[in-house]
Amino acid sequence: MNRLTRMRLKGMIRKEWLQILRDPSSIAIAFLMPVLLLFLFGYGVSLDAKDIPLGFVIDSPDSNTASFRASFDHSDFFRPEDFASIQAAQQALAQRRIDGIVWLRSNFSSLLLSGQEAPIAVRVNAVDANQARITQGYIQGAWLAWLGQYARSQGRQLPLPVSMEQRVWFNAALISRHYLVPGLVAIIMTLTGSLLTAMVVAREWERGTMEALMVTPLNMKEMLVGKLIPYFILGMGGMLFTVALAVWQFDVPFRGSFAALMGASALFMLVALALGLLISIVSRNQFVAGQVAIIITFLPAFILSGFIFDINSMPAPIQVVTHVVPARYLVSILQSLFLAGDVWPVYWANMGGMAILLVVLTAVVRHKAYKRLD
Amino acid sequence: MSQPALILRDVHKCFGEGEHARCALDGVNIEVAPGSVTGLIGPDGAGKTTLMRLCCGLLKLDGGSIQTLGMDVADQPAAVQAAVGYMPQRFGLYEDLSVQENLDLYADLQGVPVQERPARYTRLMEMTKLAPFTSRLAGKLSGGMKQKLGLACALVRPPRLLLLDEPTVGVDPVSRRELWEIVYSQVREAGMNVLLSTAYLDEAERCDQVILLHKGRVLGQASPDRFSQGLKGRTWEVSAQDIRPRRLQADLVKQAGISDAIINGDRVRIITREGFEPDAASLLPGHPGLHVEAVPPRFEDAFIDRLGGAGEGRHATPAIGQVAAGEYPGDPIEVEQLERGFGDFVAVKKVSFSVKRGEIFGLLGANGAGKTTTFRMLCGLLPLSSGRVSVAGHDLRTASAQARSRIGYMAQKFSLYANLTVAQNLEFFSAAYNLRGSHQRGRIQWALQGFELEPYAGTNAGTLPLGYKQRLAFAAALMHEPEILFLDEPTSGVDPLARREFWARTNALAEAGVTVLVTTHFMEEADYCDRLVIMAEGAVLAEGSPHEIRTLARTPENPRPRMEDAFIGLIQSREKAA
Repeated sequence: MNRLTRMRLKGMIRKEWLQILRDPSSIAIAFLMPVLLLFLFGYGVSLDAKDIPLGFVIDSPDSNTASFRASFDHSDFFRPEDFASIQAAQQALAQRRIDGIVWLRSNFSSLLLSGQEAPIAVRVNAVDANQARITQGYIQGAWLAWLGQYARSQGRQLPLPVSMEQRVWFNAALISRHYLVPGLVAIIMTLTGSLLTAMVVAREWERGTMEALMVTPLNMKEMLVGKLIPYFILGMGGMLFTVALAVWQFDVPFRGSFAALMGASALFMLVALALGLLISIVSRNQFVAGQVAIIITFLPAFILSGFIFDINSMPAPIQVVTHVVPARYLVSILQSLFLAGDVWPVYWANMGGMAILLVVLTAVVRHKAYKRLD
Repeated sequence: MSQPALILRDVHKCFGEGEHARCALDGVNIEVAPGSVTGLIGPDGAGKTTLMRLCCGLLKLDGGSIQTLGMDVADQPAAVQAAVGYMPQRFGLYEDLSVQENLDLYADLQGVPVQERPARYTRLMEMTKLAPFTSRLAGKLSGGMKQKLGLACALVRPPRLLLLDEPTVGVDPVSRRELWEIVYSQVREAGMNVLLSTAYLDEAERCDQVILLHKGRVLGQASPDRFSQGLKGRTWEVSAQDIRPRRLQADLVKQAGISDAIINGDRVRIITREGFEPDAASLLPGHPGLHVEAVPPRFEDAFIDRLGGAGEGRHATPAIGQVAAGEYPGDPIEVEQLERGFGDFVAVKKVSFSVKRGEIFGLLGANGAGKTTTFRMLCGLLPLSSGRVSVAGHDLRTASAQARSRIGYMAQKFSLYANLTVAQNLEFFSAAYNLRGSHQRGRIQWALQGFELEPYAGTNAGTLPLGYKQRLAFAAALMHEPEILFLDEPTSGVDPLARREFWARTNALAEAGVTVLVTTHFMEEADYCDRLVIMAEGAVLAEGSPHEIRTLARTPENPRPRMEDAFIGLIQSREKAA
């Protein structure tokens, strides 16, 4: 790198820094947005089923039904409520006052004693399918647990349809925040990387400063690098800030190594920046650039990265599409780094995915970026 | 350095495809001599900006070749871009960086060695008089200062060829004068070649060479004197004791032997057709007391003559019925102690004036002087910070639709619907003013015929030539026969012929009793107004008739000052007082 190139790069980088420092919106995206999203997902959004309002209808109460009913009182997961008739309970379900009904019919005790299966009936509000599955699972678990306890107290073997032994690994307490927050880091980096870059380069087109920059010795490579470095630093700063908040404010465990985190984030940041640059080069208008960046980077990062929705349960064609969403690789790496530790096969496979995206995007940017207006 | 700085050979450049293709440049051949200032003169849409961009390799050529500083632009765009200095129309400043930071950026980009910078900066700040403002953000500078800073950035490393795209448009006369001084000092000191585009015809006379560009073709290239020489013996100034210049101009331009007539101060400047000798006694029937004096031709005369003259005053002006005056106390427009602030910035400071019935009243000033803000408050588009305005007896912010229907408004960029046809635009605007049925149809017919828009009735407004857009906007503002008309920068960027048309039309309106309030940054247009105020930095510097204001600048050395001289004098005396 010769002296003049260094001088031009330095000039560009200093200019970008000054603009970042004077523009409250870029600081806000890099540092305020993480706080907002973390608090929203850390405290507000929870995929855990807790305090599920559950209706009980007991047609002929006796000691067995009382014992089963009592087992729900001690659970963190349920907030039981008694109803006199199944009609009343169904009405409450329809009005969403309760999310499910456990109905112990009058033949509960006789069925139980005869050893025939399933003397309980369960109704679950399945408007939210995910929540319904969780509720159903919990009720089933509670039923099996009580049944086992009942069998032991009776001193005899009950013919159970399936008996299951459950161990939950990596997130033993099943706290959804623990896997949402690592995913959030990827979302936040997508925002600073793609959205911010797309907007600031488009701004140069819109304000006509690009035209003046073009008629200088500055070449396209220097212009791109000059733009990338400050936003790379900003994005990495946002990332470290988010991780720090996650670990110290939200008590999310971090079990991997710091170097692996930095490596993966840096690679992802480059991909996001390249995508942002590409968007702004093509759109040349802040409004369009912002819209496009949200649609093709932020939303997919949210929906198709495995951050909230499990990729393996998506339809096969959508699963294929997720491979071009860079956040998918980072989410996978981060979830394993935070919760499981350095799992190298996972790490390198996802790093490979991001590297391929980076090479392709860089080639496209180089092809599209030329010093001309038409 | 005998080689031309720029050689253009048969240059073609078109935009769009198929039916919508429009050729911005159509076979342009130019050579720019070394060590000179060459002016690229032409109205908006002539192709000036396209030509500049092609010369720096910012656009792809569709045909022909360009050699910039001996390099072929198509082959070595990067080398050309590294060698030339270029200031685009929007001057490429970073508004969120300070003056010094902008200079530093361009010094870095141009590779100016650090040890040479202090001397260069000092020189540039001295030339641009920006030294006291080095730490101010560029966005907070006035229009003229921004323009000078843009030029300073382009000059931070003196380039061999400097390309300036409309560096003086909308800039106050003082800054314009300074910009020209900077350009010439660079040509003298550093032997720079300058190509500069402008829509101001009076600036052509400051150039060594002039290239006349019109509709993508070169009409001529020569020194400004050579252009005007062809008109020797055909330019005169006429004055009369008993007729107002505006009336005199309107009458003169209709005479067969006269190809163009414009107001120049208290007199009317005419170009006669070849072989016509104006005789004071018989020039204007019924007015024997005229005084006619031969004057040397100017560049503008040559330009108009080449475009075919003013066309016998047939300005596509429809018949305008006498406007019934509304019943209200006081003058149609009254402004008292008007103020408007944006945050801690005061855009309009204690402005007062009143406009009488049937008057053409001008708000004159550079971009950023507060004209548009004042205008918006008058039209009720912006609340006042303090003071009082009354239009036709009402405050338009609270006035009823009925009161509003007395005024017509033509916005700066014409506010037409680009994807509606001419007829549809007229239908929309007339319906918006509550015209219905046969009355509406009658008015639309009146507009189409009177403004000669019939051939374009089915054309989308967006594709009209600028002059026709202006006619359409004018027609739209007149559909409901308003008695007060607001015109915001109606002549900005419009070619001189269309400007003549515009003023003829405005004249006819005033004769019919319409009160007209008009803003402009063309100083010479002030003479078309009955009265005007000159604004700078939000305040009124002077109010009066054009004659009264020009008289303020009269000195023994300059017995017949122009409006521009008066303006500069006012600004300078204000600065001295401050």
